[in-house]
Amino acid sequence: MIKATVFIPCFVDLFYPEVGVRTVQILERLGHQVDFREEAVCCGQPPFNSGLHEEARKIATRTLRALERSSVIIVPSASCAAMLKIFMPRLFEGYPEYDLAVEIRDNVYEISDYLVNHLGVVDLGARLKGRAVFHDGCHGLRELGLKRPPRELLRKVKELELVEASDAEMCCGFGGTFAVRFPELSTCMAEAKCATARDLEVDFIISCDSSCLMHLQSSLRYHRSSITTLHLVEVLASR
Amino acid sequence: MKSIHRKFIKLSRRLIQDNNRRQRIRNALKGYEAKRGSTIERFQNWEAARQVAAQIKWEAINHLDEFLPQFVDNATKNGMKIHWADNSYQAQSIILDIAQKNQAKTVVKSKSMTTEEISLNSALKKKNYTVIETDLGELIVQLKNEPPYHLVFPSMHLSKEEIGEIFAMHFDVGLTHDPETLTQIAREQLRLKFLQADIGITGVNFAVAETGAICITENEGNARLVATCPRIHIAVMGIEKIIPRMQDLALFLPMLATSGSGQHLTAYNSLYFGPRKTHEQDGPEELHLIILDNQRTTLLARPHQRELLHCIRCGACLNICPVFQNAGGHAYAAPYQGPIGSVIMPYLRGIHSWKHLAKASTLCGACTEICPVKINLHHHLLDLREQAYRLKRNLLENSLFKLYTLYALNQSRFRPILRLFYYLQNLHKFIAGKPFDPFRRWCLRRELPRLRRHSFRSFWRRQRKNLPRLMLK
Ligand code: SF4
Repeated sequence: MIKATVFIPCFVDLFYPEVGVRTVQILERLGHQVDFREEAVCCGQPPFNSGLHEEARKIATRTLRALERSSVIIVPSASCAAMLKIFMPRLFEGYPEYDLAVEIRDNVYEISDYLVNHLGVVDLGARLKGRAVFHDGCHGLRELGLKRPPRELLRKVKELELVEASDAEMCCGFGGTFAVRFPELSTCMAEAKCATARDLEVDFIISCDSSCLMHLQSSLRYHRSSITTLHLVEVLASR
Repeated sequence: MKSIHRKFIKLSRRLIQDNNRRQRIRNALKGYEAKRGSTIERFQNWEAARQVAAQIKWEAINHLDEFLPQFVDNATKNGMKIHWADNSYQAQSIILDIAQKNQAKTVVKSKSMTTEEISLNSALKKKNYTVIETDLGELIVQLKNEPPYHLVFPSMHLSKEEIGEIFAMHFDVGLTHDPETLTQIAREQLRLKFLQADIGITGVNFAVAETGAICITENEGNARLVATCPRIHIAVMGIEKIIPRMQDLALFLPMLATSGSGQHLTAYNSLYFGPRKTHEQDGPEELHLIILDNQRTTLLARPHQRELLHCIRCGACLNICPVFQNAGGHAYAAPYQGPIGSVIMPYLRGIHSWKHLAKASTLCGACTEICPVKINLHHHLLDLREQAYRLKRNLLENSLFKLYTLYALNQSRFRPILRLFYYLQNLHKFIAGKPFDPFRRWCLRRELPRLRRHSFRSFWRRQRKNLPRLMLK
């Protein structure tokens, strides 16, 4: 039995707890013994991206310590996985935690990456009726290079028709504090993505990042759209 | 100087509200993007080409201390007169000096971002020289008295109708919207000017160290006339334009054209070795080359930022950037717009006044992915944010993040507060959009995400065993 630790990022914990639950479920169905470390609250990305490296280090140190004893760390958020894998060593360059950051980096997997590239599982027996587009979160796509895995998983979902949007790789406009600092630009970008999805007449926008989905969902709700946003794990766990 | 920041917000808002213009700009940029995509396929291996280009630029920039003198040596032997300028002011005065010594009156220019960087046009006009831009796009924005919108497509924000009106207003011609006719009009208007001008000013795309030649690429042929008709040719380049060898052009010329506009090659690619030789029939009598520093050596001195000097100004990062697409080129209020502008402007003109550009990005990384010389643009933006934060802290931002850190380090203490927020959020609809609504800016055409009654954490803690049943209604 594989022992795996799930890392549930701060906003998933508070706003999308079901994403965490589904992740656990999927792993358990695949025979994992799942563990969760309460002290690992946040990867430190919000302050890191804003330039507050000191604050980011405080948060990240605690998370690193909490994840230290785990050899498989699953993250249902491509953006946080990228923080742990790509940016963490950079954040700790010249600090005592550097070695730890490097060690943990190799144990971290974004969930679709883990399923497809590590376990070689693509069919989870999921079923979801409808038409969907996949939104590539920027971090998953460009920092982690995960273009293929989520699509492979989605293609195996029964009754789900996956269509490719021309702007699948375009940023949704969330960008952490960008959404707060430049609300007009940010909503404008979300609206553009939602418009493409609407033109394709889809029922769902699916992504590996709850943060992108949070942003897209707030725009969809405002415009009273019938399109639903779903995290990949919600789709994969559906029966 | 908060003003450039405010300007960014104001001008981007203006474009966001102008739906038609924004749509047109985005369509145009998507068009370049599509063309670029299909041209890349003509490269045997685009990724390998990028790698080689990045390596050559690395070689050139990291050995600038050898290549620059080598270039200057050869260029001088070719008969060019070399001038060194530390900053915009020096560059302007060198050019004004040359103009004065030659009793020049009229100056024709071909497109050059470096002359925008040193605000050459206004300096010349202040001294009563007539300055005429001869690149079609550049001419249009000049007539409209606007700065260029995009470093490759200076007037891309204007429709052909608007351009027709500008021409009708400035030239003695009727109103037309036909692109072909408009180009003809510009051509006729400019022809005489080339012959009358005393000085022609161009930029430089590449300066070849091995031979001391400067290379200028363009699509309209006007730069050739600017460089050859007037008695004096002045070229302006930043120190980073050096490439080591002639053969490097074989890679950089198609790469520049492909990345920038999706062409295989720009229509005109000229090499200038110097002024007219005694046995030659035409060409300028003097060729002055101004080599500009303007803070580039500061970048050179910083190993982490040095690669910013690799940029070949192709404009691909602007075309792909979702912020540029929606905010528009003028919002940057800078000679270099888009992602590359956001990373170099703070270094060229001071982080204090320009740090907002580093924040005006979602860090999506599309620019880094597309850059032909592999500049890690969005990671540079991250660096800049950190530098900016160390320089000056925003009180509100600072305290919010400190609070967040407290939460992340000890989230259980915040449980009662989160619970309170959970109930309070139902009341938000009563104050939504009001001036005292703390989430007013978020809620502009967007709803607030809803905090959930139970966090994942609390479920895990209390009901681990029954978790699936409880959560999955
Ligand atoms: S940074 Fe790269 S993509 Fe942008 S203009 Fe320069 S070379 Fe082109």
